[in-house]
Amino acid sequence: MSAPIKTPAADTLPRPAGLAGLASDWASDQRTFKNVSWGKAMMWIFLLSDTFVFGCFLLAYMSARMSTTVPWPNPSEVFALEIAGAHVPLILIAIMTFVLISSSGTMAMAVNCGYRRDRRKTALLMLVTALFGATFVGMQAFEWSKLIAEGVRPWGNPWGAAQFGSSFFMITGFHGTHVTFGVIFLLIIARKVWRGDFDTERPGFFTSRKGRYEIVEITGLYWHFVDLVWVFIFAFFYLW
Amino acid sequence: MAHVEAHAAQHVAHAEQQQHPIKLYLLVWGLLFVLSAFSYLVDYFGLQGFLRWSLILIFMMLKAGLIVAVFMHMAWERLALTYAILLPPLLVLVFVALMVSESNYVLFTRVAFFGTGP
Repeated sequence: MSAPIKTPAADTLPRPAGLAGLASDWASDQRTFKNVSWGKAMMWIFLLSDTFVFGCFLLAYMSARMSTTVPWPNPSEVFALEIAGAHVPLILIAIMTFVLISSSGTMAMAVNCGYRRDRRKTALLMLVTALFGATFVGMQAFEWSKLIAEGVRPWGNPWGAAQFGSSFFMITGFHGTHVTFGVIFLLIIARKVWRGDFDTERPGFFTSRKGRYEIVEITGLYWHFVDLVWVFIFAFFYLW
Repeated sequence: MAHVEAHAAQHVAHAEQQQHPIKLYLLVWGLLFVLSAFSYLVDYFGLQGFLRWSLILIFMMLKAGLIVAVFMHMAWERLALTYAILLPPLLVLVFVALMVSESNYVLFTRVAFFGTGP
């Protein structure tokens, strides 16, 4: 296979850095995101739109909690568990937080291994990430069943403001859905990595175009975003 | 699978972007654990009032910053992308201000007209 001929046009002038670079990148008649592929730029823009979705959920929750005349249920008590006879506040949520952060760590490692073209390690680390994600969803299912059994409904609950249930199911439900899709996304890409698709430049199933290891980083962006959203949910819904 | 390995070896020489030392990832990972533990302890020790809210917000922003900057590689992107992604969410803060004012008004009307206030 002969290497493609590279024209030297790309290295005419060095691109300015800092604010001057920002202005020149956004100036007219050129590609704005210079060293970012379309896949990565689109994932970032999708994540930006998702930020607004979750932003609106948290805002709706804030408005409901601020405007209710009935006391808000104390999350510290609602999400407490009895472990070995001891009453531990918020423990399940804390464990879920640690599980999600661990999954973010293994994902970061997977991206690193992907760029080093270590396909076995990359695929395994992505599988571990998916496993952590599935664990998180499982714990969330446990939490939902526990609360439903205790009588929490979107229209009411035994402890106080009726909006608690609707806010809780809406916010954690949407986040859990994101985690679930993330797990599926991870499994699909991990399979491709394991099979060596990005080393043999095997054509994609839908696009018939060869993939690159960058897809691992793009998957990682989505996964870290899911973790990021949980940081805000943890702070505003569970701790506040 | 032998051809996969051979092919992979060919590409190793290519300089890829967003390649950073593993040590940095491990450090950030550890910091995220510590910060999460701190924010859990805020609840565990039952801190209340201004101290509670400020600590929750500080730990939240630190965690979010670490994830976006290091795990999502935003610290190494060109400003064109960084500003395009990080500035628009700040507008949500305007929305927050609007809704705080609105919620206060809704609470006022509920207390004034339904008389169920505290």
